[in-house]
Amino acid sequence: MSRPEGIQLMEGNHACAWGAIDAGARFYAGYPITPSSEIAEVCARELPAYGGTYIQMEDEIGSIAAIIGASLSGKKSFTATSGPGFSLMQENLGVGIYQEVPCVVVNIQRVGPATGLATQPAQADVMQARWGTHGDHPIIAISPASVQEMYDFTIRAFNLSERFRIPVILLGDQVVGQTYENIALPDPGSLEIVERKKPTVPPEEYLPYQPDENLVPPMAAYGDKHILHASSTCHCETGYSNFKYGTNRQLLNRLKNKIYNYLDEIIDVEYFGPEKAEVTLVSFGSASRVCKYVVGLAEKEGIKVNLLRLISIWPFPDREVQEALAKTGACVVAEMNQGQVINEVNRVNTTNTPVHLASGIDGELIRPEIIMASIREAVK
Amino acid sequence: MAVKLNYREYFKEEALPLMWCAGCGNGILLRAITDALADLEIPPHQVVVSTGIGCWGKADDYMTTHAFHGSHGRALAFATGIKLGNPDLHVIALMGDGDALAIGGNHFIHAARRNIDITAIISNNFTYGMTGGQYSPTTPLSYKTTTSPVGVAEPAFDVCGLAEECGANYVARSTVYHVTQLKRFIAAAIQKKGFNVVEAINTCPTHFGRRNIPGDTVEMMKYIKDIGMPRSRFEKLDEEEKNKYLLTGELVNRERPDFLSVYREINPAASESGRGEGK
Ligand SMILES: Cc1ncc(C[n+]2csc(CCOP(=O)(O)OP(=O)(O)O)c2C)c(N)n1
Ligand code: SF4
Repeated sequence: MSRPEGIQLMEGNHACAWGAIDAGARFYAGYPITPSSEIAEVCARELPAYGGTYIQMEDEIGSIAAIIGASLSGKKSFTATSGPGFSLMQENLGVGIYQEVPCVVVNIQRVGPATGLATQPAQADVMQARWGTHGDHPIIAISPASVQEMYDFTIRAFNLSERFRIPVILLGDQVVGQTYENIALPDPGSLEIVERKKPTVPPEEYLPYQPDENLVPPMAAYGDKHILHASSTCHCETGYSNFKYGTNRQLLNRLKNKIYNYLDEIIDVEYFGPEKAEVTLVSFGSASRVCKYVVGLAEKEGIKVNLLRLISIWPFPDREVQEALAKTGACVVAEMNQGQVINEVNRVNTTNTPVHLASGIDGELIRPEIIMASIREAVK
Repeated sequence: MAVKLNYREYFKEEALPLMWCAGCGNGILLRAITDALADLEIPPHQVVVSTGIGCWGKADDYMTTHAFHGSHGRALAFATGIKLGNPDLHVIALMGDGDALAIGGNHFIHAARRNIDITAIISNNFTYGMTGGQYSPTTPLSYKTTTSPVGVAEPAFDVCGLAEECGANYVARSTVYHVTQLKRFIAAAIQKKGFNVVEAINTCPTHFGRRNIPGDTVEMMKYIKDIGMPRSRFEKLDEEEKNKYLLTGELVNRERPDFLSVYREINPAASESGRGEGK
C-alpha cells in the first residue's frame, strides 16, 4: 500500500504506525496482542518498502530487547503492546533507560490485571508506566486522545526519545487504538523530525557516556569507528562498568536531571472550557474526550466546569495541576482505573482543594454520568 | 602489506586484572575469541559483543569492540535487534549456561529456528557461577550444587543437541583445555552466516569443582579435558557410558539460509539498508 495522504478515515493503531514511519522508524519488533496488533500488521506490511525490518519476536521481553539493540545499531525502533506484554517489557525498559537508548513503546491499554477484559479499554497502567521497572529512573509518557493524536504523538514520542535518549511510552488505550476517525496526514517533508546527536570528536577521543552541555551524551552507532560500550551495570563516561563510590550517584542524578531540567520541552497540557470554574476536571487520553462533553452537560445543570487535560503524563505536570487547583473550587479527576492520577493530583495539592474521583472501570469509555455524579458531589 | 592483527587489538589491557577466580577458564575462552577475531582480521568496530549476566557475561569489560551488556538471559534478543539494525556487523553473543538455556532458553531456540546471523558462544561450567554455584540446566544429573546439596534431580540439557534440533547452521563443542580447537571452532562460527553455536566446556573450580571434583583446579581442568570425546571414540561407547562424556567437535555444519537472506528475498525492497522512501 502507498502512504495515505491528506484527509483519511483511519484506525488509531494504523495512524500510530504511519506516524512512526513518518518519524523515521525503520525497525519494529513485537509480539501480537489485542488491542494493539494492527500496529504490528501495518509495520510488517509497510516497513520493507522503506528499507526497514519487521520481526515477530518470541515474546515481549525479546521484543523490547530487539528494539533496544536495533536503536543502538542506528535505526529508530519501536514496539507496541498491551497490559500483559507491557508487564513483560518492564525489565528491559529499565535497561533502555539506564543505557540511554532512544526508542518508543506503545501501550494500547486494556482492562487488567491478568487477562482482565482483553479487548476493552482501561487507563490502569499509569503507575506501571512510571514505576514498573525496578530502581530509580525517569520516564517520559504521553497520552493521545484521538486518532489524529495517535499519529501526531507517535512522532512526538520519537522526537522526545531522540532528543533525550530515553525510551518514551505512548500511553494509549483500546478506544484511541481501535476507533476510526478522519485524520489529516501532513506532507512528510513538512514534519519536524528530531535526530539523535552524533559524536563530533574523533573516534579515539569518544567517551560514549560523556554528556553534552544538555546532559545527554552524543550517540555513536554500532559499526561506527566510535566505539559504543553500553552497559546495564553501573558505568562511568567510558561506558565500562565502574563501581567507585560516587559513580552511581552521578549517573542516576544525570539521568534524572537530563529530563527534569528540561521540563519546558516535555510538559504539555490542554485547557478546555471557561477560564474560571466551580469544578475543574483533570483527565487524559480517551477519558478526557468524555470530559469535554461533560463540560457542556454540567453547564446545562448550571455548574461551571472546565478541564485540564494532561497530554504528558510523566513527568507529571506538577506546576500546571497545582495552578489549576489553586484557581478552582473543587477538582474531579476522571480516569479509567480505580484512582492513579488522583494520587499525583493530591501530591501537588498545596491549596487543599477538595479532590474527587470519577472512576471508570467497566471495560468501556467512562460514562458521562459517572463524571457528572462526581461533579454534583463536588458542588454539594 | 597490512599489519597482522593481534588479540591485543580486541583485549582491553587496562582493565586487568580479570575479575574471574584463579583457575576459571573464562580467561582462556576470552583469549580464544580475541585470537580468532585477530586471525579473521575483523576490525574491532565491526564487531558487537552482546553479553549476558553472570561471570562469563562480564567478558565485555575486557573487550575493545562495540559491546552491549544487558539483562540476564536476553543477550540473544538484544543481539537480534543489533544484527537487524545493521546487518554488516559481526554480532557475537557471550552467554553462560544459565543465560543461554534457563532464563534465555526461549530466545535460544527461536534464534536457532530463525537461523539469524549471530554467533553464540556459551560458556558451560555446569553451574550458576556468579550467584554462588546453584544448579543450572546443564548440571549433570546427581551432581551437587548449593541448591542441590544431595545431588540435582533434573537431567541436563544437551546444549549442542538442542541447537541442532532447533535449526542452528553450525554447532561445535570444545573445552577450555583444547584451546587450539576451541579457537578454530570460534573462527569458523564467526565466519559462517546463520545462527552458529560454540559450546565451550568450562571450569568453575570455585563452585562446581569444589563440590564435585576431588582435588584442586588442576583436577578440574583434567575433568574438563577428559569429559570431552570426539565422535570417532564416542560412537564406540555403549549408551550408558555415553552419559559420562560430552561429544566434542564440529557437530553440525549445514547451509540453511539465514533469516535476513530469506526476509530480503521475499521483501526485495528491504535490502536497501534503511534508506528506502516507501512506495
Ligand atoms: C532476571 C534475573 N534473575 C536472576 C539474576 C541473578 N543472576 C545473575 S547471574 C545468574 C546466573 C549466572 O549463571 P550462568 O549464566 O551460567 O553464568 P556464569 O556465572 O556461570 O558464568 C543469575 C541467576 C539476574 N541477574 N537477573
Ligand atoms: S565463580 Fe566460577 S565461573 Fe565465576 S569466576 Fe569463579 S571460577 Fe569462574
